[in-house]
Amino acid sequence: MIKLTTPITENAIRALKVGDEVLLSGKVILSRDTGHKFMVEQKPDWLKPILEDAVIYHCGPVVAKNADGSWRFVSSGPTTSIREEPYQADVLETYRVRGVIGKGGMGKKTSGGLQKVGACYLHTTGGAGALLAERVKRVIDVKMLEEFGSPEAFWIIEVEDFPLVVTMDSHGGSLHEEVLATSQDRAKALMG
Amino acid sequence: MTSCPVPVLTSAEVVEGKSVLPKGWCANLANPTSLDLQPAVLELLRRTTSRLPQDIIDALVNGRNAEAEGSRGANTMDTMIENVVLADDHGAPLCQDTGTVIFWVRHPLGVSQRLVKTQIRAAVVEATKRSWLRPNCVSAMAGKNLGNNLDPFFETHPVIHFEEWEHPGIEVQVMLKGGGCENVGAQYRLPDAALGAGRDFKGVRKCIIDAVVKAQGQGCSPGILGVCIGGDRVVGYERSKELLLRKLTSENPNAELANFEKALLADLNTLGIGPMGYGGKTTVLGLFVEELWRHPASFYVSISYMCWSSRRMTLRVAADGLAVFE
Repeated sequence: MIKLTTPITENAIRALKVGDEVLLSGKVILSRDTGHKFMVEQKPDWLKPILEDAVIYHCGPVVAKNADGSWRFVSSGPTTSIREEPYQADVLETYRVRGVIGKGGMGKKTSGGLQKVGACYLHTTGGAGALLAERVKRVIDVKMLEEFGSPEAFWIIEVEDFPLVVTMDSHGGSLHEEVLATSQDRAKALMG
Repeated sequence: MTSCPVPVLTSAEVVEGKSVLPKGWCANLANPTSLDLQPAVLELLRRTTSRLPQDIIDALVNGRNAEAEGSRGANTMDTMIENVVLADDHGAPLCQDTGTVIFWVRHPLGVSQRLVKTQIRAAVVEATKRSWLRPNCVSAMAGKNLGNNLDPFFETHPVIHFEEWEHPGIEVQVMLKGGGCENVGAQYRLPDAALGAGRDFKGVRKCIIDAVVKAQGQGCSPGILGVCIGGDRVVGYERSKELLLRKLTSENPNAELANFEKALLADLNTLGIGPMGYGGKTTVLGLFVEELWRHPASFYVSISYMCWSSRRMTLRVAADGLAVFE
C-alpha cells in the first residue's frame, strides 16, 4: 500500500504503475460532466491554484448541511469516468492535475494526457458511497453550487486514506484496455 | 480458500425503531379521497436507499467467494459488502447516485392517480431534504437543478407507472436506477448484420453478450440484466426495466427461457470482466428474460442493466390499511 499526500510531485506520480494500491490524503476537487465541459470551454483562471498538483474526483455526492451551516458528505462514491473522455486530457494539461479518481476507466485520449502531464487514473469502488464518505474529513469549500447544482458543483474536500487502485498510469499502461481485450476475445469464442 | 463472513444487517426491530411512519399508521382505503400514502412512501424511500435486498446480498457473497483470495475482484467485493453493512447501520444512501426514482403503483378501482402522484412527489421532496436522495433531476439543455428532485411539469421525475388491479389493497414498488448503469443499457434490432444475429435464441444471446462486453465495468458490475424480446421500442425497454424488480432467486415460469437464462448466465461469467471491470469471475449476478408479442416487421432485444447496488423495495397496503415493506 502506497501513501500519497497532496500536493503530489510529478516524480511521485510517475513512480506509480498499474495495479499499485494507493491511500490518498489531502485535497481533492470533485468535478463531473458540467464541470469538465466548463473547464475546457471557459478555462477559468481561478481554478488553477485550486487544481495544481491536486486530484480531481468524478463524483456527485449526497450532501447534508450541518446546524452551523457547514457541509457534510453523506454518500460519495465515484461516477462513470468515460463521459469525461472528450475533456479529460485538456483538463489535465490546462490545470496540471496529478490524478483523476473515478470508476470504469478512460480511453486513449486520456491515457495520452496522463503520459504527457505526469498523472494517473485512480480507480475506486463504484457504489461504495457510504463507505467512501467516511474517508472525507471535511468540506473545505464549494464553487459553482448555485450555477451547476449540488451533484455537479466543484466540491473541494479533504480526504484521509482514500482507497484507490492505479488502473491507468503515466507510462501508457491501462488495466481497462487489458480486460476489454480479454473479454472481447472470449465473447468472440462464445458467439462462435 | 477463505470465504467472506456473511454480512448481517440491523434487525427488523431496529429498522422499525427508525421508521418515520407514525405508530399505528393506517391507510383509509374505504374512503379513497382521504387516502394519504405520503408517510408510507417516505418510509419506503428511507429503507430502499440504505438497505439492499437480501437476495442481492446473498448473490454478492457468492460472487465474492467465487473470486480468488486476495485478488482485486475479491477485495472489491469485500468493499461492496462492507458498504452494504455500513449504509444500513448509518441509514445513509448506499450509493451517492440515488438514481432515477421509479415507482410502479397497483391500486383498486376508485383510487385517484392524481392524488397518489402528488403524495409520491411530496415524499420524494421530503426524502431529498433529508439527504436520502440526491437531487437528480435537471433540465435537459440548461442543466438547471431545482434541488427538490421534481420536474416542474409532472412528466419525467419521479417516474410513476400506474395500473388498476382487481385486489382491494395497494402495492407501491420502487427502484432507484443509477445513471451509470442506465447508460449501458442497449436496444438491438434483429436481424443485426454486424453481430451476425438473427431472430432466434442464438441471435438474442449474441446481443446480450455484446451488451455486457460493451458495458465492461461502467455500469458497476457485477450487474443484473433485464432483457425483453419483442414489444415496440418503448414497451420493450419498459418491460426490461420492470424485470429488474424480480428477486434473483425467482424462477422464470417459462422453462425454455429459464434454461436459456441459466446457460447464458454461466457463459457471461466466463467473460473475465469481473467486479468493477477489474477482471474476475463475477460479471453478472442475475439475468431475467421475457418475451412480448411484437409487430411482424420489428424484433427488438431491449436490455436494461442494473448495478450491483440493486435498490428496490415493495410497500404493500392491505385492505385493512396496514403497511408492510419487503
